[in-house]
Amino acid sequence: MDSLTKRLLDSFQHGVPICARPYQAIADKLDCTEQDILERLQQLDELGALSRVGPVMEHSKAGSSSLVALAVPRDDLEQVATYINSLPEVNHNYEREHDYNLWFVLTGPSRTHLDAVLLDIHQHTGLEPLDLPMVKPYRIDLGFPMFADSEVPE
Amino acid sequence: MSGQLTEQQREILWQLLEKGLPLVPQPYAELARQAGCSEQQTLEQAQAWQEQGLFRRFGIVVKHRALGINANCMLVLDIPDGQVDMIGEILASSPGVNLCYQRPRRSNWPYNLFCMVHGRCREAVTRHVARLLAQHDLAQRPHHLLFSTRAFKQRGARYSMPEVGND
Repeated sequence: MDSLTKRLLDSFQHGVPICARPYQAIADKLDCTEQDILERLQQLDELGALSRVGPVMEHSKAGSSSLVALAVPRDDLEQVATYINSLPEVNHNYEREHDYNLWFVLTGPSRTHLDAVLLDIHQHTGLEPLDLPMVKPYRIDLGFPMFADSEVPE
Repeated sequence: MSGQLTEQQREILWQLLEKGLPLVPQPYAELARQAGCSEQQTLEQAQAWQEQGLFRRFGIVVKHRALGINANCMLVLDIPDGQVDMIGEILASSPGVNLCYQRPRRSNWPYNLFCMVHGRCREAVTRHVARLLAQHDLAQRPHHLLFSTRAFKQRGARYSMPEVGND
């Protein structure tokens, strides 16, 4: 990965302007050409490192969301994880080291919708979901510097 | 073309934006073609959504694992209600913490403060969290580190277009 790619990732995980030529606007800030930026983004995409360039929606305004956990018996984990993955409301489904070993985020148009999904999950798995909607954010996801002045523990 | 987009065009545009901008010089012109409206209308709608606060951020969304950020730890703490705001603010501004939320306690879940810490390896993240807790005198508070051992699914949230977007 070259230094331009690192600067691109450190500087533009947020704050990409909404304008007709956004990649040109990034290039102006990083002192390179629009083509340079498009090439670096293509390379990241080919590496499987680029999810997308675009908005991360604000949960509280764009719908309802909750962090949910299940305590799944060891032998059932794969099967339950596959079922959870199949739900369109689910993203970020992780195994974590705890009795509550399956953690995922549910998002939907309303809290009523999420309640219905939680009930489905309970009925389908026989497990009681731990439902932890956000009470208050102290720091929201703005990405983080990964290279220069890295905040990432090495 | 000028004037208001139809509700259907807005819905299409919202869904296209959720998938991200195409990697071409004029991405909004490309989205406009797919939604059947003009580039200008597309830009104005996206800007309106941004002004309405529907976008938490607008930028490059990376897949951390592909970039060697392999350790993902959820640090959870049980902090008395009267102190949780203060400690939440402190942890939120600490290096290496890239998400920090208060969430409710439950009968079988005592923790009310959640931080995400990412790093290149598990040992480094464990050391980093230990330093962070010691530095802020939190090591004796009930807490737990939940490392993720497998990602079954990782993608952006998908919402249908909210009511507030219809202005």
